This record gives sequence, C-alpha cells and structure tokens, in this order.
Amino acid sequence: MDEGSARVAIVGIGIHPFGRHPGMTGRAQGAFAVRQALTDAGLGWTDVQCAFGGSVAAGGADTLVSDLGLTGLPFVNVHNGCGTGGSALAMAERAIRSGDHDVAMAIGFDKHPPGAFNADPEASGLGHWYGETGLMLTTQFFAMKIQRYMHEFGISPATLAKVAAKAYRNGAGNPHAWRRQPLSEEEIAAAPMISHPLTKYMFCSPGEGAVALVLARADHADRYPARPVYLKAVSFRTRRFGSFEVFSPWLAPDRAEGPTTEAARAAFESAGLGPADVDVVQLQDTESGAEIMHMAETGFCKDGEQELLIQSGATEIGGAMPVNTDGGCLANGEPIGASGLRQVYENVLQLRGAAGQRQVPGQPRVAFTHVYGAPGISCCTVLTT
Amino acid sequence: MTAADLVAVPVAQGLFSWPDEPRLIGSICTACGTATFPSQPSCPRCTGTAVRPVPLATTGRLWTWTVQAFEPKPPYRADGPFEPYGVGYVELATQDGSGAVLVESRLTEADPSQLKIGATMTLTFVPVYRDDAGRQVVTFAFAPEQTRPQ
Repeated sequence: MDEGSARVAIVGIGIHPFGRHPGMTGRAQGAFAVRQALTDAGLGWTDVQCAFGGSVAAGGADTLVSDLGLTGLPFVNVHNGCGTGGSALAMAERAIRSGDHDVAMAIGFDKHPPGAFNADPEASGLGHWYGETGLMLTTQFFAMKIQRYMHEFGISPATLAKVAAKAYRNGAGNPHAWRRQPLSEEEIAAAPMISHPLTKYMFCSPGEGAVALVLARADHADRYPARPVYLKAVSFRTRRFGSFEVFSPWLAPDRAEGPTTEAARAAFESAGLGPADVDVVQLQDTESGAEIMHMAETGFCKDGEQELLIQSGATEIGGAMPVNTDGGCLANGEPIGASGLRQVYENVLQLRGAAGQRQVPGQPRVAFTHVYGAPGISCCTVLTT
Repeated sequence: MTAADLVAVPVAQGLFSWPDEPRLIGSICTACGTATFPSQPSCPRCTGTAVRPVPLATTGRLWTWTVQAFEPKPPYRADGPFEPYGVGYVELATQDGSGAVLVESRLTEADPSQLKIGATMTLTFVPVYRDDAGRQVVTFAFAPEQTRPQ
C-alpha cells in the first residue's frame, strides 16, 4: 500500500483562516481554500481532474461544485472522523500515483459549535449509558493517557505548560491561526483545571477552518509556479487490540502499539527516510500531553526523553527538532476535517521557505505530519523538497 | 433512604448484577482468555465467538485517573447543580481469576490529592439521575480504599 516514492507533488495550497467565523458556512470556507490553492498552482477549477474531501460537521464536500463549477469531475466525499483530511489526501495521492489522473485535489473543512465535542455513544457502538454517566469525553481520554504517561516516564507538569506556551508563541507568528496571543507558562499552569492534569490553556478547542491542496504528477512539478514539494509517503492506520484509545469503556491489561506508531513507521518505511532525517515536525496536539507522547510514538525520541528535549528548547522553531511551527491545534483550534491538512499546508510553506517569521532556519528539506483521533486512527505524511 | 431509592434501577441492563450482590459483568473468551467489559458476544482479540459472561472482582488497582471539572453536554444526564467527578481505569480480575481487564469508571473521589495510581479501589454505586417515573437511576463507580479523614 505504501510503496513507491516521489511520484506525487503538492503544487498548490490554500487555507481559510482558522477560528470562529459567524455567518460563514464551513462549505464557504472550503470554497475559499480551494480557490486559493488553485491560484497558488496557477490552475482553474476546470483543470482539476478528481477531488476527495470532507468535513465531519459541515456537510458534504462534493456540494462545493455548485459554487466552484459543475465540471462533472469525480468527487468523493470522505467522512472518516479525525482522519478525514488525511484519508482524502491518501486517496488523492493514489489517484495520481495510479496514473489515472494528472491533477487531483484534497479538501478538508469544518465548523463546530463552541465547547467540547459531545459525541453520540451509539454512533460509536457504545451504550447510551456511556454518555449519560459522563464518560464520553475526548478530554478525559487525553488527560488519563498523559496522567499515566507522566507516572511512568517522569514528565513534569511544567513541561505540559511549556508545550502550550510554545504553541501560542508560534501561533502569534501565524496569520491564519486562531489564538495569536502569547501566554506565559505561569498563566497556562495557573488556569482552571479542565481535566487533571490539563488546564484550560493546555487543550485545543473545536473550531472552524478549511484547507485545500492541489496534487500533481511529480514529473510535471516544474510546470507549476511554486517550488515543488513532494509527497513521499502518506500512511493511515487504525487501532489494534490492546492500544489505549479514546472512548474505551475497557482496556486490555497489556498495552499494544497504537495507530500513531504504526502509521509513522509505515510512512517512514515508504519514504525510505527516518526520524533523524526530518527537519520540521507537525504532531497532533489535541492537548499539551498529546504532543509530548506523540513525539515518542512517532519515533522522534524515546519515552521520557521529551522532558529534557522540551525544557532545553529542542522543539522550538530554532531548535534541533521544531514541532508544531504554526501553533498546532492549540493555537489553530480543531476543525476536524481540516486539521490534518493544515499540518501539510504548514510543511509545504516550510519546505518552500515561505513561512515568514516562523520559518525554520537552514532550508528544511524533509517534513513530517501526524494526526491522531477518534476512534483510534492515525495518518502520517512525509514531505520532501 | 427514600421509597424511590428502594427501587433504584441500573443505568443499563447487563452492565452489573442488581440489586442482590451487585457485580460488574464482563465476558471472557474461552479460546484466548481475553476479558472485556461490558460483556460482548465475540472476542475482539482472537475474533472467536466462544465467550461467556463473567462477574468481575469488586476491588482492583487504579491504573490512571482524571477529574471531570466541567459539565458535559448531553447525552450526559444528571440532576441538580454540576459537581466535578473523578474518572479512572481500574484493573480488575474476573471473579474466577480466569482473566483481567481495565474498566473505565466514575470515581467517588474528585480531589486530585486523594487519587493515586496503584491505589486499591472498591466497587460501589452512585446516583446518576431520576428517570421519568421518579426512580433513582444508578451506575457503577469505584471508591479509594482510604478516603480523607472525616
């Protein structure tokens, strides 16, 4: 599934700013991102030969054609939870790599109401009791996972605050981020506790936004105006028995590797590269602890090494392993359908050398993205110049 | 205890035996020994269907925990003003010792200073809401063995 490399390039990128946009539908934000991506690629909508996209809460992506133009193209709706954007990207990549198409589009957008997600237990195959008794919250899962992780591997509460402070600092340098106000580690640590050990400012919020990417054959990449960036690998995995996942009324006593570990390993193998080759990293940071745990699950360090890495500044933009240079989910919020594609958008900017004040120094050449979400899925990508 | 409490009803059928000698009811795979909670008709590990229901032990160790500090949106259902509650996973053996499972549960304790990974926890039951007939609906919960001095 993941074999082959550098047959697909990302030649156009578009984003609708993340945040809250009263009066603007999620679909309208999606159309905005599509038009921006087409402009970036020097193409029109009629040049797009196939499209894959979706939202979780803002409607079907294929209805965008009534705004963009009824060109008859094959357009597949993707509805795959937190993997929606990554799944759309994976299918667009296959559409090019198969030789069937020269130009494809991946689109993700969403619009969620304020407040924590209130998932329907029965839609997840769980009894109504699980929701009624107050167990059906993603926030609890992330808190309990980092609580256990801190106990086993010695991560300090101060490091949780430091991750969040970095996110808001990086977000301040990102014109399409939602939260652009830097917060001190002290303010973050002293904020009301949402789900111990995580405070209000250590969690991302459901939000709004859209991202669109134009993909093309790698051997056509020089036909497009922007510096080409190659999609070396995109790998998607679901959970196996024994992994610790969101919305689990029970767990097996013995832990298995999670989908993040498997998706990251598959992406690196497919790309013929490893974590040591990567210059810039975007990781799922639903909350501060998730970024810390995902650093190890994706292979960038061993369990427990994050404490020293983060405290020494290694994950800052100027550090040896820059993580979440656009502010991540913490500063951008999480419009589920768009969130994974936002990470790819940021890495394309970084590899083009066009990330402005948040540009990673030294001309990064290899970039990695990682999404994790309900009900236990992960999608990872490797991009190169 | 009021008359309505005497007819307290479980939040769902099949989660726990009730009202005599209440026990959580899991299932165990007779082929590979995997225990689940609640009980289910097939094994998520070996994919077999030779599973049987099994009561779980009433005490176990706390594997991880958090405190739910804000009132969840529906389908969360409760009466009266919101009070934070603890949530955790408790490692429980099956009553016959044939397997073990980490069960996610409400905790009776919501003070972080009173919750500790590895602590012994005991099964109890807590009110959730009154149903349309006025009956007290209850769910399972775990209490730390030693609570703070009264």
